Amino acid sequence: MEGDLEALEIELLLEAVARRYGYDFRSYAPASLRRRVRAVLRHERFRTVSRLQEAILHDPAMLPRFVAQLSVGVTGMFRDAGFYQCIRDEVIPRLRTYPFVRVWVAGCSSGEEVYSLAILFQEEGLLPRTRFYATDLSEMVLERARKGVYPVTSMREHTEAYIAAGGREDFSQYYVADHRNAKLKSSLRQSIVFSQHNLVSDEVFNEFQLVLCRNVMIYFERELRERVHDLIYRSLAPLGMLGLGMRETIDFTPHAADYAPVDERVRLYRRRR
Amino acid sequence: MTPGLIVVGASLGGAEAFAGFMAGLGEPRVPVALVLHRNRQPRGSLADYLARLSGVPVAEVDDSQPLTPGVHLAPADYHLLAGERAFRLSVDEKVIHARPSIDVLFESAAESHRKQLAAVLLTAASRDGAAGVVRVAGLGGRAYVQDPSTAESSVAPAAALAALGEAGRSARVGSPRRIGEWLRAEGCGTERREEP
Repeated sequence: MEGDLEALEIELLLEAVARRYGYDFRSYAPASLRRRVRAVLRHERFRTVSRLQEAILHDPAMLPRFVAQLSVGVTGMFRDAGFYQCIRDEVIPRLRTYPFVRVWVAGCSSGEEVYSLAILFQEEGLLPRTRFYATDLSEMVLERARKGVYPVTSMREHTEAYIAAGGREDFSQYYVADHRNAKLKSSLRQSIVFSQHNLVSDEVFNEFQLVLCRNVMIYFERELRERVHDLIYRSLAPLGMLGLGMRETIDFTPHAADYAPVDERVRLYRRRR
Repeated sequence: MTPGLIVVGASLGGAEAFAGFMAGLGEPRVPVALVLHRNRQPRGSLADYLARLSGVPVAEVDDSQPLTPGVHLAPADYHLLAGERAFRLSVDEKVIHARPSIDVLFESAAESHRKQLAAVLLTAASRDGAAGVVRVAGLGGRAYVQDPSTAESSVAPAAALAALGEAGRSARVGSPRRIGEWLRAEGCGTERREEP
């Protein structure tokens, strides 16, 4: 059957990529992965997964593009107003008690989320003593995030989301725009360290008061999800906080009992100890 | 063989059509996954509205939630996918301007459930769902399409029937209530214990 053949080809492709390059997508959720592989085929104009596999194995330029297209998620600044409200009202007051704050945005993609946080922290006067660590699997995606440049057409939507999330300033002060692009201010970019980190294979690299890992584990199979939850737990300082996506839950994960909700509606949790 | 999963797609005006379908189906004995196109709105409110309208509990899906009997609604701004045992979500690009997308649900369910799937396409105002229905039928699942003459918007049902015809496949066509009754007869639902 046609469907089975494609599943077989994808399995072989992932095996090849893992063994040849060490990028292991074999624990990604098959349903969403299959759609993404198909999108790569369309975008790169390959007729079959096997042809894509040949290109990845023999053309060095193909792998980074493949990794970027598999890892990039759709995101926006201040996506989910209630979540950012809660960061402002509940999370920041707790973080004020620390002389220095470290925040990890795991799976930062093109950076909109970490820049939204930086804006919020600046408004609350916490930016000078905060360091953000934004990590992603794909170096290509990180390069985009580092630049902090977004289409100027997206800024209206971002401004609306900022206001919905309780923003009271003039949002245009945070970027410089020409007719095509908007570049975020360097004061925001300077508070963020962008670096490569693979949740499948890399380890704890620091201790954080706040970790965001939103809409990342929805792409993972159970085993990998449990690994990432364990990694995050060990990366959090005692009483450190964790933000998940709006439809992700801490329930049924190995560390469920180790967290108390800060606000269950927006899936924000705090390490009990 | 009783289908192990029912997937349903409609656009926002399809709430009544969905309620009609549920009236025919009765108390669901299998998981019923629902994508309803919608504008962004406060979470939960659509699920409550559908529950009141149809008289059965409707819950928005959390990622990795197991497939259990009852109605599971795709949350706002996420695609809903059906795996073998659990629902999964994604925030990938919109498909035909929609997230959640009917095609994404139907295609993922077709690939995980094949012959054990029933797909129901109700009134909807875009082509979303047409490719999904073809995929369902192509992998041996059962396709049901709302009779375009009974649909508030016939764009999706008509597009699906045309696409099925081109692919040499077919669907059973009827009113939402009638489709629900057919699936009840297949063992997917039982008499309501108490009428709403």
